[in-house]
Amino acid sequence: MSANLLVTRRQVLGGLVIAITLPACKQAPKSTGAATTFEPNAWLRIGSDNSITFFCDRAEMGQGVYTALPMLVAEELGVSLERIKVEFAPPGDQFINNLLGGQVTGGSTSVRDGWEKLRKAGATARHLLVAAAAEEWGVDARSCKVVDGVILSPQFKKLNFGEVAEAAAKLPVPKDVPLKPASQFTLIGKAHKRKDTPAKVDGSAIYGIDVKLPGMLYAALAQPPALGGSVKTFNDEKARAMPGVVAVVLTSSGVAVVADSWWRARKARDAEQIDWNAGPNGTLNDAKIAQTLRKGATGAGRVARNDGDAAAAIKGAARVVRADYELPLLAHATLEPQNCTADVRADGADIYVPTQVPQMAQAAAAKAAGLDPKQVRVHTTFLGGGFGRRLEVDFIPAAVELSKAVKKPVKLVWTREDDMTHDAYRPPAFDQAAGAFDEKGKLIAWNLHLTGPSITSRWFPAAVEKQVDPFAVEAAANYPYDVPNVHVDFRQQEIGIDVGYWRSVSHALNCFVAESFMDELAVAAKKNSYEFRKALLEKQPRYLKVLDLVVKESRFGYPYRGHFHGLAVMEGYGTYMAQVAEISLEGGKVRVRRVYCAADCGQQVNPDTVIAQIESSVIFGLSALMWGEINLQNGRVQQTNFDSYRVARMTDAPRIDSYVIESGEAPGGIGEPATALVAPAVCNAIYTATGRRLRSLPLSRHHLA
Amino acid sequence: MTKLNVNGNTVEVDVDPETPLLWVLRDTLGLTGTKFGCGMALCGACTVHLSGNPVRSCQVPVSAVGDQPVTTIEGLSKDRSHPVQQAWIEHDVPQCGYCQSGQIMSASALIASKPRPSDADIDTAMAGNICRCGTYQRIRAAIRRAAEIKAGNA
Repeated sequence: MSANLLVTRRQVLGGLVIAITLPACKQAPKSTGAATTFEPNAWLRIGSDNSITFFCDRAEMGQGVYTALPMLVAEELGVSLERIKVEFAPPGDQFINNLLGGQVTGGSTSVRDGWEKLRKAGATARHLLVAAAAEEWGVDARSCKVVDGVILSPQFKKLNFGEVAEAAAKLPVPKDVPLKPASQFTLIGKAHKRKDTPAKVDGSAIYGIDVKLPGMLYAALAQPPALGGSVKTFNDEKARAMPGVVAVVLTSSGVAVVADSWWRARKARDAEQIDWNAGPNGTLNDAKIAQTLRKGATGAGRVARNDGDAAAAIKGAARVVRADYELPLLAHATLEPQNCTADVRADGADIYVPTQVPQMAQAAAAKAAGLDPKQVRVHTTFLGGGFGRRLEVDFIPAAVELSKAVKKPVKLVWTREDDMTHDAYRPPAFDQAAGAFDEKGKLIAWNLHLTGPSITSRWFPAAVEKQVDPFAVEAAANYPYDVPNVHVDFRQQEIGIDVGYWRSVSHALNCFVAESFMDELAVAAKKNSYEFRKALLEKQPRYLKVLDLVVKESRFGYPYRGHFHGLAVMEGYGTYMAQVAEISLEGGKVRVRRVYCAADCGQQVNPDTVIAQIESSVIFGLSALMWGEINLQNGRVQQTNFDSYRVARMTDAPRIDSYVIESGEAPGGIGEPATALVAPAVCNAIYTATGRRLRSLPLSRHHLA
Repeated sequence: MTKLNVNGNTVEVDVDPETPLLWVLRDTLGLTGTKFGCGMALCGACTVHLSGNPVRSCQVPVSAVGDQPVTTIEGLSKDRSHPVQQAWIEHDVPQCGYCQSGQIMSASALIASKPRPSDADIDTAMAGNICRCGTYQRIRAAIRRAAEIKAGNA
């Protein structure tokens, strides 16, 4: 891409991008296709051979961007989705996610961020292609039509995109090309088969772990067993003598073995003798973390919401209900363990990595290699799960250091145990809720005092220097119920270890507390959980609609004999959602039989993916609810593999029924929100079944005889 | 040298005899469709067929394979035409897709032995395959569909 294209891009994007700066690193996409003739913007390349390539600037980690994002472009470009080839884009400021301020795949933002700019990218390209054809024919461009990549003149002359690509590239880029109204959409809103499915059913999809480079060596890494620990001394004599071992290297992450196969590297790693410094967390355990949070909770937090005067209302109330809730640390446990392949040379480096943050990956690799970011090319692969884990770049530097040390490409692969014990875990929480009624039984105050570590203070310290961490008060600050006095605050209390963004982030913490406690208040008010909520949502039509829909579809309150219902409601990522969980109890254990989910996520792009993401999120939330907890002893994570960190399997999977409302509103995020409602919906059902209110998770901690 | 029969081809590999079949397939033979997930036969991502039976290749030393034919996802069909692959495409089962080779190998072994699997059969056959994206509902539906396709009701 030439420097001119950057100017072009600015014109194309107009006011959409607030601050486009020259990319710190410009990297040509890796495509080696036909002669490039037309690149109207960062996302599109149309070849003279009539090929159309979309550079997907978001990571495909299951959520379907590989299909939904090219749909946005294709809709305006005027081609069928099948015509578009997708390649992963390199890092670059032109790909910044305007909702997150970097090239980041997360926060259920991909469609929301791309909604206008990708349609504009398609519309602008089409405008230029049609203008070029019209010029050739000497007709008015407005009289031409586009049918699946073919431009038609009023006299039915035909030119395909490839034939006019070169001419289109010479035309000035228009500023504001109008977009189709929703009523004219032919692709958006209609179910399309995922473009990545074929490669995912025949084993040909390439994930980071599958990368193979000529002359590549393999590495396994021993990391400090205590989080935050370090290497004191090590003896590599035995490891070095093992077959296939090329080198034993002390990296910034631990002691690694480089060998001619990964299995040999791993065997030799296990033969390393290492003395570790436990580091600052050498005595950290669960009880200590719980104590730290409880102590932290005695102080006031930063205010996220303050309507009326909740403290005064509670003081003067006829009746006050209070409850404390606790939530554990969680691992992400992506099925593809963390890995990175690095090829470091004197003049530059290439890294091949499944990442949600290619720019940060580039920066981390450059730092580790002692290179300028401009000299590092990042090749994003398919991700074998993300869930927020791959927003971290902790697995990158060691791979780069190893390649630099042995002067060959090196693929570093973590074991499952490495992965489980070295995560940036979902933060724990200690949360205190209070609700107050007046003498007539009306709910007059709601107070939520949240305590936990702040992820954002590590990621973007400047963003939370003076204000509450917005990623700590989701599903809390937006308390939807019509209550005159509402107070929500977040007390940041660090616990000594790094915590990370985990699918739905604080929604999963706060929705559990808020929606469980709403049921506690409903019980106190002697009202059914549906009617109690409904009466307080009269001014919230979008909430009300999903609530009514899920209640109707689930026949809420009238389950099969021996089954019990629980309800939860939430808005997150611009999506309104209500869930009903249907459970039974078998030998004191909860079995989630069925989950009904109603959603209003505004304009859908690929409706089948919307449903798939609801199903996916429900199962993800279910794993956490049933068994999810990371325990620490002497700073060491006790869970190591899927035997000790249990996740949902086929035998645990409930039937999931999704009901999606066509509301015509702007698109909302769908990759995450349903995760957060499972726990409160199930715990509310457990209360109905047993009269026991569970205020801590996971359920495996509780015996419900 | 160890002789193996993989996807109908006889190959010779020079590897330590205790090396798990998984790593021979992936790193020596370049058949990366078979995935590493846990290394303890807990997740099923490495499932392949050994003489038609589903096994976790991370727990099979290459020396134990002998002359038993090995089938991986790459050898299931040449053109995604196996009924399970067809059904997977029809139901758009995969999300991140990382577990799906293993899921498909477990499912194809199931319908080979039980042409009309019940829900309980599906539970038993698929319980060893973890999907972190939670595609279980679609896997269940796709297995039923694959059984239909196999029976000729395409």
